[in-house]
Amino acid sequence: MSIILNKDSRLVVQGLTGSAGSFHAQQCLDYGSKIVAGVTPGRGGAQHLGVPMFNTVADARAKTGADASLIFVPAPGAAAAVLEAIDAGIDTIICITEGIPVLDMARVKKTIVSLRGRRTIRLIGPNCPGVITPEECKAGIMPAYIHKKGAIGVVSRSGTLTYEAVWQLTQEGLGQSTVVGIGGDPIIGTTHAEILELFEKDPQTEAVIMIGEIGGRGEEDAARFFKERMTKPVFAFIAGQSAPPGRRMGHAGAIIEGGSGTYAAKAAALRDAGMTVVENLSQIGAAVAKSRKPVSAGR
Amino acid sequence: MKLLEWESKEILKARGVSVPPSGGVLETTGRLGAALKKAGKGPWVIKAQVLAGGRGKAGGIKVAKTPKEALAVAKSILGMTLSTHQTAGQGIKVDSVLIEGAAKIEKEYYFSVVLDRQSASPVVVASGQGGMEIETLAEEKPEAILRVPVDADSGLPAYAARRLAFAMGIPADKVGEFSRMARALCRIFLDYDLSLLEINPLALTSKGLAALDAKIVADDNALFRHPDLEKLPDHESSALEKAAKKAGISYVGLDGNIGCMVNGAGLAMATMDTIGLAGGTPANFLDVGGSANEERVTKAFTIILKDPKVEAVLVNIFGGIVKCDVIAGGILAALKRVKMRVPLVVRLQGTNVDKGNELLARSGVKLIQADDLWGAAQKAVAAARGAKEAA
Repeated sequence: MSIILNKDSRLVVQGLTGSAGSFHAQQCLDYGSKIVAGVTPGRGGAQHLGVPMFNTVADARAKTGADASLIFVPAPGAAAAVLEAIDAGIDTIICITEGIPVLDMARVKKTIVSLRGRRTIRLIGPNCPGVITPEECKAGIMPAYIHKKGAIGVVSRSGTLTYEAVWQLTQEGLGQSTVVGIGGDPIIGTTHAEILELFEKDPQTEAVIMIGEIGGRGEEDAARFFKERMTKPVFAFIAGQSAPPGRRMGHAGAIIEGGSGTYAAKAAALRDAGMTVVENLSQIGAAVAKSRKPVSAGR
Repeated sequence: MKLLEWESKEILKARGVSVPPSGGVLETTGRLGAALKKAGKGPWVIKAQVLAGGRGKAGGIKVAKTPKEALAVAKSILGMTLSTHQTAGQGIKVDSVLIEGAAKIEKEYYFSVVLDRQSASPVVVASGQGGMEIETLAEEKPEAILRVPVDADSGLPAYAARRLAFAMGIPADKVGEFSRMARALCRIFLDYDLSLLEINPLALTSKGLAALDAKIVADDNALFRHPDLEKLPDHESSALEKAAKKAGISYVGLDGNIGCMVNGAGLAMATMDTIGLAGGTPANFLDVGGSANEERVTKAFTIILKDPKVEAVLVNIFGGIVKCDVIAGGILAALKRVKMRVPLVVRLQGTNVDKGNELLARSGVKLIQADDLWGAAQKAVAAARGAKEAA
């Protein structure tokens, strides 16, 4: 088991023929991901990277049974691409695109919320590296080779920071169940807490690394979920302890506003809930390994 | 992007939201007489146009009763360096002042529209107790703050605006006027893709309700569909930050002495943090972007080295899709074009890391290599210290 994606996931790639879409989809195909369809309006009937192309997501789903979408559509049309996937009946949507207007995402969220009770739509991102279940399915822009199949779940708001943590795990001999980049924007489809809930239920996952950033309340909400309902250990790192208030650190979501979202408040909330907060990023892999020594003594 | 008060008020006025009579914006006192005339008969308010709250307390907003007084006030504000609780210890030089007719204030309210991350929706935050900083009010009287969700498509319904008016204690005969104003402000928020629209104070004056101050923050991601906002000057960024933005590099200048070049925003922040843990202070945040090629690396080095405080540079690149040997090649090529005046520490990790490190080692270029982030941070801190002692 794993979360969100597994070896049977059938991906449709929206924006497959663009330069980013082509490049990264090829890497996903090389990894063994099942990309069964591509969507670019006007390109239906053609083949691209050996994948059949369709004009609409609805066509792609009807003809190929695609059950998850990976989106590389440029920012001005990306929110509409998410809505098209939802309308076509796709419930797992991973949106890589960076720079989507925030109000566009507010409208997407409104649609997802309005469907609650009838459908459970899991949108990952936007502005994220995607999702990988090592040795089964890669849907995103993360470098494949740093991953290794195993028992540690990883959830993060950032890209290269995640790679750093995953690489440390792999160096320690610890594989990953699924690695999820939830994205660095103010409005995201799926939160830290929601991913923790999936990891808690996943039998393959034994421990979790959660990587957060200053800004927002996502990490605090995750701490509350952890305290109330989680049994597996969580190792957390929060980026931005050296960032001054009021300045946006790259990600639109990474900003300390009106005194909220500070490093100190987040670290305290996580510690109070019982998570292990690792202050020094370069020690996160070792921290997880140390806690698991008795289990992996034969290594 | 953040707009100045007068820019924000132009948008409000065009959408029928009442603002005080304006005499215009002046950079010198040369046309003050005409401006005062345009703003009506006095008294007038003269307001420093800078991007910081708390201008009044810091002496950036003053009332003048006579033209003579106005001249003295305008002269004193223009060119002054304003330090408020929002300027983080650094002063901002005042380049321009807004001249307005002073309103006779009967009562002050607080009104804003912000994006609420929790509910993933815009929300009106308002209070019957205006004139205070909302952060202070939130701490001292949280019950006085009212929140009403705004639909991302249809805006604020009339009934919700009326309910808000009564809850805020707006006089019954002004509820209709308030409701129209509140709904217009929400519409502006949606139509211009804003992330903040704050009116503090929204005042009841002898002539009705008016927005006495206005603060707008627009969503950078949506500027492509708002050419009228996009063409406004960027008042917020420093010259270096503007140069970086133009090159597609995300750069924020800070106070320390270790320049950083990193790929990815999260890793860039974490690198700054690691420098802090190693006993140093970062001179900047810099995300060189996904493709750390020769052009980008050259530009990034140039920007980092323009900051005179920099005494060492730390490059931390996680080569994912882009391979480390390609990045090493980019760094070496960039070093041929940029004169590195301080010690350089390079830490590469990821695809083809061995090839990349070998390329750097064999090049004969003077740089300090590191294997992991912690080692790199310690070496950079030591190098900066060494540079300081040598000087």
